[in-house]
Amino acid sequence: MEIVLSHLGILFSGFGATLELSVIGFVAGGVLGTLLAVCRVVPVAPLRVFGSVYVEVFRNIPLVALLTLVVFGLPDAGVTYSLFDSAALCLTLVAAAYVCEAVRGGINAVPVGQAEAARAIGLSLGQSLRAVILPQALRCMVQPLVNVFIGVALSSSLAAAVGVGELTDHTEQLNLRYAQAIPAFLVAGLLYLAITLSGAAAGARLERRLTVRR
Amino acid sequence: MSAPSLDRALFDSPGPRGRRRIRYLSAVTLLAFVAVMALGLQRFAAHGQLAAGKWRPFTQTGYLRFLWAGLRGTLLATGISALLTFPLGTALALARLSHRRPLRYLATGYVELLRGLPLLLVIYAFLLALPTYGINLPILWKLVVPIVMVNAAVVAETLRAGVRALDRGQSEAAGALGLTHWQSLRAVVLPQAIRVVLPSLVAQLVTLVKDSTLGYVVSYPELMTQGNALTVYTHLLIQTFLVIAAVYLAINIAISRLATGLEARLRRPRPGRALRATMLRSAGPPDR
Repeated sequence: MEIVLSHLGILFSGFGATLELSVIGFVAGGVLGTLLAVCRVVPVAPLRVFGSVYVEVFRNIPLVALLTLVVFGLPDAGVTYSLFDSAALCLTLVAAAYVCEAVRGGINAVPVGQAEAARAIGLSLGQSLRAVILPQALRCMVQPLVNVFIGVALSSSLAAAVGVGELTDHTEQLNLRYAQAIPAFLVAGLLYLAITLSGAAAGARLERRLTVRR
Repeated sequence: MSAPSLDRALFDSPGPRGRRRIRYLSAVTLLAFVAVMALGLQRFAAHGQLAAGKWRPFTQTGYLRFLWAGLRGTLLATGISALLTFPLGTALALARLSHRRPLRYLATGYVELLRGLPLLLVIYAFLLALPTYGINLPILWKLVVPIVMVNAAVVAETLRAGVRALDRGQSEAAGALGLTHWQSLRAVVLPQAIRVVLPSLVAQLVTLVKDSTLGYVVSYPELMTQGNALTVYTHLLIQTFLVIAAVYLAINIAISRLATGLEARLRRPRPGRALRATMLRSAGPPDR
């Protein structure tokens, strides 16, 4: 235990990388996913097809296979990113597919009557989206989006499998060097739990604040 | 026939000018996609990645047999994981719904803990930590046990969500009939809850398939492991992993289709067989 405690710095630098990967993946995936959700509802056929094919592919491809392709495969086609960038890119691409479905699910959860009523009182498309649809849709999106964040944070550990120095990777290194398995994995587990539980707590807080008391 | 969807309620159906604009936009985006694809292919071709010689190996039986062995490993690991995950997850969900406080706390603690840990960390723990304490599992189980431990927690949570989504009246009616807590769970609540979450449970199979890709961390011979081994000799990285990705996509898309199909079927309002039987019985003997 003392050895692990005296090398906490190694674990914490890994923790920093994990946190960075999770936040980048979630935020960039959030932007891309929202754009994809827009693609899936506009009346332009190629965009719709692109949106649904994208979601189908990136929700069903194993992240490890995608990481291997980008990290080891793409350099053969003359495209080389750093390890960290590759991991961030893959996490973003996969997160976007899940965000897209969360956003679409939130919008579809709003009863159609709400949109019809907004139109009936003469609101324009922009107005009815801003004042009627989106506020209600956002409320239904909080929980799915929190799940996406937790999923991204946990998936970021897979970057260790291609050699990115994040928390799981540093834990393994520490264990290889000092053979202090139980304490090392215990601390790493606690650090992961800190990310996921605080993500869940932030989501619950946001959801409480968005709840309308009737 | 299709349900009224929100985007249809938000827009008017486009007039002639709107339709023209949509056609124009469709053509432009289609051209843009084709251009991007062509650029990508050109990049691959410039580095010789499209040469027929680099793809021909994947039509030869030796290569295919090697990958098939990996696919069998993947299916075996996924199958065993599924067979263990669903019963264990159900047991955990039941424990969380139990009236016995210690049991409930234990199950809650387990579920919350294992849902917050990455699978890879658990696998490393089994791979590196446990052997130093004299526990050394066979390779397959070094992969399957962590997968089951993590996914059972998720299944338990899914089932519990199904139970909570059920109308309280169901368990109250069961109680009023004199069923015990356990009886009402088994005969009334769980069958309906499982029906509600069946699509999510089927979709969990996709996660199990994906999780089995970590087999190469413990060198269990599944598809990713075999692919990695193959590229050591052939150096056909892009080709091998594109083929493997396509296989995974085919399996997972098939499972996802099954899940969405089930969802659509379950959503259709239709009295179940049991309900129909009671309705027939209460309606008295049929005329014929």
